[in-house]
Amino acid sequence: MSEYLLEARNLTKHFMLDSDIVSRLAGKTRTLKAVDGINFGVRAGETLGLVGESGCGKSTTARLVTRLVEPTAGEVLLRGENLLNFDRKQMQKTRKSIQMVFQDPYSSLNPRKTIMQILSRPLEVHKLANNWIEKRKRVLELLNLVGLGEEHVDRYPHEFSGGQRQRIAIARALAVDPEIIIGDEPVSALDVSIQAQVLNLFRELQEKLSLTYIFIAHDLSVIRHISNRVAVMYVGKIVETGNVADIFNQPKHPYTKALLDAVPEADPTVPPPVLTLKGEVATPIDPPPGCRLCSRCPKVTDICNKVSPELVETSPEHFVACHNL
Amino acid sequence: MSDNVLDIENLTVRFHLKRGHLTAIDGLTFSVKHGETFGLVGESGSGKSVTARSIMRLIPTPPGEIVSGRIMFNGEDIYEKTNDEMRAMRGKEVAMVFQEPMSALNPVFTVGSQISDALRTNMGMSKSEANDRVVELLQLVGIPSPGSRLDSYVHEFSGGMRQRVMLAMALSCDPTFLIADEPTTALDVTIQAVILDLIRSMIERFNMSLIFITHNLGVVAHACDTIGVMYASHLVELGSTKEIFANPQHPYTVGLLNSIPRLDTQTKFLTPIKGLVCNMMDPPTGCKFHPRCDHAMDICHQEIPKMKELAPGHFGACHLHDL
Repeated sequence: MSEYLLEARNLTKHFMLDSDIVSRLAGKTRTLKAVDGINFGVRAGETLGLVGESGCGKSTTARLVTRLVEPTAGEVLLRGENLLNFDRKQMQKTRKSIQMVFQDPYSSLNPRKTIMQILSRPLEVHKLANNWIEKRKRVLELLNLVGLGEEHVDRYPHEFSGGQRQRIAIARALAVDPEIIIGDEPVSALDVSIQAQVLNLFRELQEKLSLTYIFIAHDLSVIRHISNRVAVMYVGKIVETGNVADIFNQPKHPYTKALLDAVPEADPTVPPPVLTLKGEVATPIDPPPGCRLCSRCPKVTDICNKVSPELVETSPEHFVACHNL
Repeated sequence: MSDNVLDIENLTVRFHLKRGHLTAIDGLTFSVKHGETFGLVGESGSGKSVTARSIMRLIPTPPGEIVSGRIMFNGEDIYEKTNDEMRAMRGKEVAMVFQEPMSALNPVFTVGSQISDALRTNMGMSKSEANDRVVELLQLVGIPSPGSRLDSYVHEFSGGMRQRVMLAMALSCDPTFLIADEPTTALDVTIQAVILDLIRSMIERFNMSLIFITHNLGVVAHACDTIGVMYASHLVELGSTKEIFANPQHPYTVGLLNSIPRLDTQTKFLTPIKGLVCNMMDPPTGCKFHPRCDHAMDICHQEIPKMKELAPGHFGACHLHDL
């Protein structure tokens, strides 16, 4: 039995582009390698931060782990059992333990349903309440848990602000008593002062309910704040993973370094952001065989263009995928 | 004549909507000097973008109304100009970069024709002159092989490249004043670093003044000389970037700075500002911040605090400063 509560092994998702019959006969299909053989694990009670720029495959990863998108290859192990072998019934049961919170609280809540209806739906699906009174009780409990007053229960989503909506989305995820919550950029649509409230809420809930988080964000300071361990993604690959302190204090991969240098800190006395990479993010469509960063990397050598580097453990728990360490 | 390019005096902008009246900016006063980079910071709905649009005279009336105040640009009141004078001013003297390049640029015209449009109407250039100038501009903002990109459409560019196109368009008629409304918000950090650098170098090279609107305190810390902090239609604090970050005076500014997770240390809990941003259709009386303020006193419920100079060049609007 592995030490991880949830583990992804060689997780891969390739989308076929131009998949019409003519292109296929002409052999002109292209492959978008959204997630390309990644490995990671998250232990019970900890937070794994997944960070990277748009298009690097963070959200696809979240959807693969929950089987909202079917992987092309690989395994997703929950307590050592491969989710991908589950049939529909087993999967539905499993969904009770893995829940998601999405980025945009405006589109993830149905505008025509009241909060009561939104929050009682998961209870109905998973048969967690026998009658209306039980449902109502649980829904009120959930609202309290996420710091919303009980008076909100019969209102509609449009009556709430972004931060409150995100609290409702969190309450919906908590309704089925999950073990793991996957947050796909859950705070990036919020204003700073509200973002801090929601981040604190995530922390409190983790302590109270001993939850395990996979937290996806593009904002490095948010990742730094919430995570125990971090995985940095670049164009479908994990390039560096390790404890939060190692990643932020001793980044080893050129991409992680560049990412950290590019963040403008809210302090005029620290050096201004600089970009050490040239050019733009590489495309995941039919990528060349070498390292995905090779066209932008300042330390590029011959081997980088030919062989894709594997993750190597450079110090305990700290893995880096780079030829030039 | 003063050395200010822009003086906004006691500006109040209101929108008359079906649901009621909304005061988007209330008694806003600040100035921007020649060559200065002024950062306007605040959360969504605080009135930053309305400020930008009123400087460009892009507030639709109705439903909008400039209730009071004036905007002096180079000593002239822009609201006394005729529409033709205003059209001549936009682009040539004041230009704007918007947040969403995908919606600010026209998807059905090529990039080349959109930029040269401004050049031909504003600068009276011929078609070939304008085309040469566009290539020059695209080169300037760092678009590779600009000659071949003239006939490309907006969707063929990446996010960062689109923002470069926007910047090229804004710079096309040699403006002396640039307004950038959240120019990097939609971009990734690495691209953001590049665009910020580009804007900074353009400002220096053409000796422009800039109003930089953003909600990202990290960006203003490095991009701006002076910062104005807005909350719910009011300017609550104003001062040099160094002063604001080292010695913030208004409880809202302090709260905002405390809300940001830091990169260098990890804390268990952040110290957010309590409560929610007020509903602008039905704002609280007195200081707009008092329902969320830890220091709220009786007077805060009744009276809107006035801007006072707390230290040379550092202004704040809070009743605490009267104590």
